Amino acid sequence: MKILDELFYTENHEWIRQENGEIVEGITDYAQSELSDIVYIELPEEGVEVHKGEAIGTIEAVKTVSDLYTALSGKIVEVNRELEDHPDLINKDPYDAGWIVRIKISDPEELKDLLDAEEYKGIIEREE
Amino acid sequence: MKKTPFYEKHIEFNGKMVDFAGFKMPIQYSSIINEVKAVRERVGLFDVSHMGEIEISGKDALDFVNWVTTNDVSNLNVWQAQYTTMLYPDGGIVDDFLIYRLPECYLLVVNASNQDKDFEWIMKNEKGDIEIRNRSDNYFQLALQGPLSESLINQILKKDISNLRFYWAKEEEIGGCKVIISRTGYTGEDGFEIYGDAQVGNKIWDLLMETGEASETHITPCGLGARDILRLEMGYCLYGNDITKETTPLEAGLIWLVKMDKLDFIGKEALAKQQKEGITRKLVGMKFEGRAIPRHGYAIYKDGEEIGLITSGCHSPTLNYPVAMGYVKKPFHKVGTNIEIEIREKMIDGDVLTLPFWKNGTLKR
Repeated sequence: MKILDELFYTENHEWIRQENGEIVEGITDYAQSELSDIVYIELPEEGVEVHKGEAIGTIEAVKTVSDLYTALSGKIVEVNRELEDHPDLINKDPYDAGWIVRIKISDPEELKDLLDAEEYKGIIEREE
Repeated sequence: MKKTPFYEKHIEFNGKMVDFAGFKMPIQYSSIINEVKAVRERVGLFDVSHMGEIEISGKDALDFVNWVTTNDVSNLNVWQAQYTTMLYPDGGIVDDFLIYRLPECYLLVVNASNQDKDFEWIMKNEKGDIEIRNRSDNYFQLALQGPLSESLINQILKKDISNLRFYWAKEEEIGGCKVIISRTGYTGEDGFEIYGDAQVGNKIWDLLMETGEASETHITPCGLGARDILRLEMGYCLYGNDITKETTPLEAGLIWLVKMDKLDFIGKEALAKQQKEGITRKLVGMKFEGRAIPRHGYAIYKDGEEIGLITSGCHSPTLNYPVAMGYVKKPFHKVGTNIEIEIREKMIDGDVLTLPFWKNGTLKR
């Protein structure tokens, strides 16, 4: 299971990359592997204000459907439109081409609540 | 939790194991979508040993099987197979299954989730000079499905099996082990179901996998997830979803499995009554817009009024749109009827259409 050292994580299996006051969010390799065969994703609208922990979209896999949560509060500045036609990018390349949303964060304090790669590894080990 | 003879193989091939009908079974190995593709384009191998096997023999076996099932086994030749249903007196379905007429007995291959219930039901209705045996633990069952399955079987048997017709079986030897090879399946593609002594199952698995991997067939082990999608793309019913004790063969469109003109059978009176009075709902196939998956239990609407429920649904990897089966109130069962379903508070448009969804399967009729 791939876990990248330079990223941050949540207990809901999202990854977060920080880029100058904005964050990019996706779901982890572990999450895509658990869901498997993603066939559809409902993305949020650009420009919408979101709050940490809120469901902002839906990921539909063959087996099950799962909510997508925002890890941080802020405004959605971009969504990955490629996923509308190619949701399987999340399965194939969860940390790069399979990114889901870009958020301009409103409360940098919340960054402190994120997990680092080591902590996230611990969570997966407990789940497995 | 029970294990089939192939449990170690599933682990070896990285199967994602889940609990299904009391068994540890692989829901998938690599990816459900890839496994569906493998069966539609090449060949896939499924462990279906969780299914139950009930043998009925004795002087009155024919009459008894005809009494507890709806199709007519008196039409069957030795080594021929038949799809049938078993009913409660009220016409509700106990189970749907294949019956083989073997030289020594009738072999009923029943749904895993129903095997104890079926056996009890059959025992409860026992009559005449017959012997009923639940042999579920003694058999392995593998399904080899896909357009290249015949070529693979030919390579293994080192002879031509092309004259084995759909819904017929024969005894053969694979690797020195006696097996029954049946030209049947649950996928809509050409294929075989192989039965034999549970103890030699792994030998057969290895031979199939090794021969398949060494040949052009690129055999792929497939799990329950792919099996469910393949059968749904064909509009085949799954017991527990599309048919239950609350539904009758008339409502499920399975009346072709019921021979009303044979001697009495359990459920006949109730079906005759329902036939006379007419049914109020019907199992139909539907396709939907968008990509959201219509799942079991979702409500179906016509002009804002709820007219039924989805019983099975998926995003069809072969057709690339969402498909489903479900019961709808008459007259909304008619092909071409526009309907809607609600998925996460959004209404999605769909149409009733004729089954099967997948019309280009390679199964040999």
